[in-house]
Amino acid sequence: MNVPDDLLYAETHEWIRREGDNVRVGVTDHAQSELTDVVYVELPKMDRQANSKEAIAVVESVKAASDIYAPVKGTVVEVNKALEANPGLINREPYGEGWIFVLKIDNADDLKQLKDAAAYRKQIG
Amino acid sequence: MSETAQKTTPLYQEHVRRGAKIIPFGGWLMPVQYTSILEEHQAVRNNVGIFDISHMGQLIVSNPAAAGWLNTMLTNNIDKLEVDQGQYTFLLNERGGIIDDLIVYRIEERKFLLVVNAARTDEDFAWLDRHLPAVEAAVSVANQVRIDNRSADFGGIAIQGPRVAELFHALFGEDVYPPARNHIVDLDLDGMRLSIARTGYTGEDGVEIFFSAKDAARFWNAVLEKGERFGIKPCGLGARDTLRLEVCYPLNGSDLSPERNPIEAGLGFFVDLTKPNFIGREPLLKAKENGSPEKLVAFRMQAKGPPPRPHYSVFDNSERIGEVTSGTLSPSLNYGIGMAYVSAPHARIGSRIDIGIRGQKFPAIIEKKPLYKKS
Repeated sequence: MNVPDDLLYAETHEWIRREGDNVRVGVTDHAQSELTDVVYVELPKMDRQANSKEAIAVVESVKAASDIYAPVKGTVVEVNKALEANPGLINREPYGEGWIFVLKIDNADDLKQLKDAAAYRKQIG
Repeated sequence: MSETAQKTTPLYQEHVRRGAKIIPFGGWLMPVQYTSILEEHQAVRNNVGIFDISHMGQLIVSNPAAAGWLNTMLTNNIDKLEVDQGQYTFLLNERGGIIDDLIVYRIEERKFLLVVNAARTDEDFAWLDRHLPAVEAAVSVANQVRIDNRSADFGGIAIQGPRVAELFHALFGEDVYPPARNHIVDLDLDGMRLSIARTGYTGEDGVEIFFSAKDAARFWNAVLEKGERFGIKPCGLGARDTLRLEVCYPLNGSDLSPERNPIEAGLGFFVDLTKPNFIGREPLLKAKENGSPEKLVAFRMQAKGPPPRPHYSVFDNSERIGEVTSGTLSPSLNYGIGMAYVSAPHARIGSRIDIGIRGQKFPAIIEKKPLYKKS
């Protein structure tokens, strides 16, 4: 499974890319593989405030619906509208075009709670 | 249930070797998909797919009184079966509720094969065994109805899809034909004894084949090898579920249960109420006479959106009128589809309903079964 070194990770299988005051969030290659074919994504509302570990999006595969969590406290400033027409992007490019939302983070220190690639690799075995 | 308590089929190592994703299902570790549920689904709709069905149970009922006794245990009429013919039927409890749905084959004049759901095998066997006719001193042991659970002895695969006939000839020869619909025949292939039934759970032409568990891997691989030029794909339970739901075949444990009878499930065709006696007959007669309070309907979402799932509520405006029992995104129609029990006055084809999903309502329409038909 692909676990890029330059990203942070949440225990709930989201990846997090720091972009200045914001973080871009998607689900990991491992997660998309476990989910199987994604057929629907419920995006968070723009400007929504979210607490860390709050469910703010839903990714649905043929088999099941899975919550996607805000990895840190923040405000939704961007959502990936392309997933509405093309939810399979999450399977094909989990770290690229398959990103789900961007959060403006409240406190950069919160990022210290997240895992680095080595720790996430260990988690998924 | 812990993973160590789960059973594996004789094809388990083949699934692992081919990289299938394995999940627990009804007490078994089964492949849910190999590469993609959507791809496997399309392989069966357009070409041909192969499924491990070794987890299904096989019960053998035999001896001279077998037919008469089975006719008191099952809803369909055994007397209509010629040798080598099978029928879909139900095993009911005293309330008319469904213990299991199964196919019974008359494999000899006085010998029957019951192919039952994996998760219900032990329960079915215990129920039938408990209801065996009382042993009468005057009847010799050889004439007593006998029931054997042979599930552990057999492996099974389903080969399904429009190219199954071509594949069948490639395996068995140009002059060997599959049995007629719902019939079963025995054939030998390279020293393997195969029982081949023209049945399936996908809405496509297909066969279900049972064989000695020791031959499972060899036969499975032979079919995949011969099937390569017909575009065969090994398929998991995920595609099996989307395929069966598009054609509205019920799934026991979801659409059928001991609290539901075949009449409300819309499957009265497989119940012969003219038979004088079978377990569950009286409550079914009443259900037919008085009408069922709820009926199992098929529906399709009106717009693209989240797929329906089991246990979602069904609404008519603000009134809750039922509950979804099966739901998925239909890979063939590219819309959410499902089945639900709804109150009888609402169970009309063309009725507009709403499905409640995470606090929002999404419009759907009740449609005629099957939801998918080959164009």
